[in-house]
Amino acid sequence: MRDFINDKLKTIKPSGIRKFFDIANKIPDCVSLGVGEPDFDTPWHITEEGIYSLEKGYTFYTSNQGMPELRDEIATWNKRKYDLNYTRDEIIVTCGGSEAIDIALRATTNPGDEVIILQPCYVCYEPDVILANGVAKIINLQEKNQFRLTPEELEAAITPKTKTLIMNFPNNPTGGIMEREDLEAIAEVIKKHDLLVISDEIYSELTYSSKHVSIGSLPGMKERTIIVNGFSKAYSMTGWRLGYVMGPEAIMNQMKKIHQFVIMCAATPSQYAGIEALKHGDEDIEKMKEEYDNRRHYLLAEFERLGLPCFEPKGAFYIFPNISKYGMTSEEFATDLLQKEHVVVVPGTAFGECGEGFVRISYAYSLDSLKEAIKRIEKYLKENF
Amino acid sequence: MKTKILRILEKNSQISTSEIAKMIGEPEASVVKAIAEMEADKVICGYGAIINWDKVTDEKVNAIIEVKVVPQRGSGFDRIANRIAKYDEVSSVYLMSGGNYDFFVEIQSKSMREVSEFVFNKLSALDSIQSTATHFVLKKYKDNGVILEDEKVDHREMLEI
Repeated sequence: MRDFINDKLKTIKPSGIRKFFDIANKIPDCVSLGVGEPDFDTPWHITEEGIYSLEKGYTFYTSNQGMPELRDEIATWNKRKYDLNYTRDEIIVTCGGSEAIDIALRATTNPGDEVIILQPCYVCYEPDVILANGVAKIINLQEKNQFRLTPEELEAAITPKTKTLIMNFPNNPTGGIMEREDLEAIAEVIKKHDLLVISDEIYSELTYSSKHVSIGSLPGMKERTIIVNGFSKAYSMTGWRLGYVMGPEAIMNQMKKIHQFVIMCAATPSQYAGIEALKHGDEDIEKMKEEYDNRRHYLLAEFERLGLPCFEPKGAFYIFPNISKYGMTSEEFATDLLQKEHVVVVPGTAFGECGEGFVRISYAYSLDSLKEAIKRIEKYLKENF
Repeated sequence: MKTKILRILEKNSQISTSEIAKMIGEPEASVVKAIAEMEADKVICGYGAIINWDKVTDEKVNAIIEVKVVPQRGSGFDRIANRIAKYDEVSSVYLMSGGNYDFFVEIQSKSMREVSEFVFNKLSALDSIQSTATHFVLKKYKDNGVILEDEKVDHREMLEI
């Protein structure tokens, strides 16, 4: 029999943490700090709008691109929050940010085009680039730069084949952010080399020291920027699968075709809930953010007490401590901690080779869970090092 | 800083000052000082627990009494309100706007009989009380921001990137 599988797909490795997950699942009293989604319930008034839409019988497809009212609210929200100027025709509502990343790459990549990815990063970019027939070029971000991208690093990675740069700040897994002046320096290099930016800003509402700045709001950048954002992290709506992508209309018109032929449209009740979130959800974000910030401070203080080196993350809900001084690989450390003290953390290498020496700790957990985890980590470090 | 401390304490009054200090990124001494000030200023009026008494005893009855009064010359509602608030069985007293009554009085007592005795013998006997209407609480679902029967289950996968 022939091998029916697509050759390119075979080159993509499955997520390396599966076996890890299997071990964790067998331990009943595990304390997990391994999850990359908010722990809060979706604010009730938002959920209720989803329920009402079902009760009213709004169970049909919407316009492919998403309900015009939702797209208008997305435009208003992004203007208000980040001074971004988009109209409903420059926005596609997607099934979460992940679909948006995929269709953005497929709409813009020709075979052989190089796409720069900043690691450590969320796991989907490289596979998505490969599936879009692009060539992924990795830049290893440095802890000493607080995992920001520097113009020098970008310059060094650019070749005549480079077309696109994928950025994701605030960052999963490091919690790093890029501030206005960092972005301005990068924007100059991007314009000089005539590159496109796909900016995944899904954690944009979760910054703790300064307001998020979108690279698309810098002068001359809108025409070469595709912004990905969504509702999952800001409004604790991961399971609703609702995101969006914004960019120049010419690109959107092409991208729309992929979305239309693959997805049709994002789930209708989710779109109704999304309208409510954008209109009346500011306070929910503030409340959740304050809680995250409390936990972030708490963990940083505790890690300092335990002597676990850690740069201060200023966004998202992750802390990325450096565990290299313990003389183990990230995976060894995470496995050992799991087996001995039943605490789940994610090895940094899950986010790229340069994540070696780090583990990702999520603080999308109640303070009680964090306290218990710290107790166990303290015991682990005392008994083993 | 004080508002942040209050929001933390409102949710969990048992949390230690060192934990609060870590959570808001301030020295513990400043937190201790701020709490002491707020206690002295009666911003923080007390610390308690939210208890679902239904699980412990049958001998707890909650009632809400709407009380209509004649405001008194010189002291308005304050004197009579303070008078009502003195009774041990009264857990809260609010002066209300609108409606057909002035005070919203919450009572915690052992039995319906005790509540009615309180209303007949004590409350109604006070000067300037015009009328009362007593409502017994059948079941509490949410108290002080806490859903009483809500068992929080984490439905998320244990590991997910």
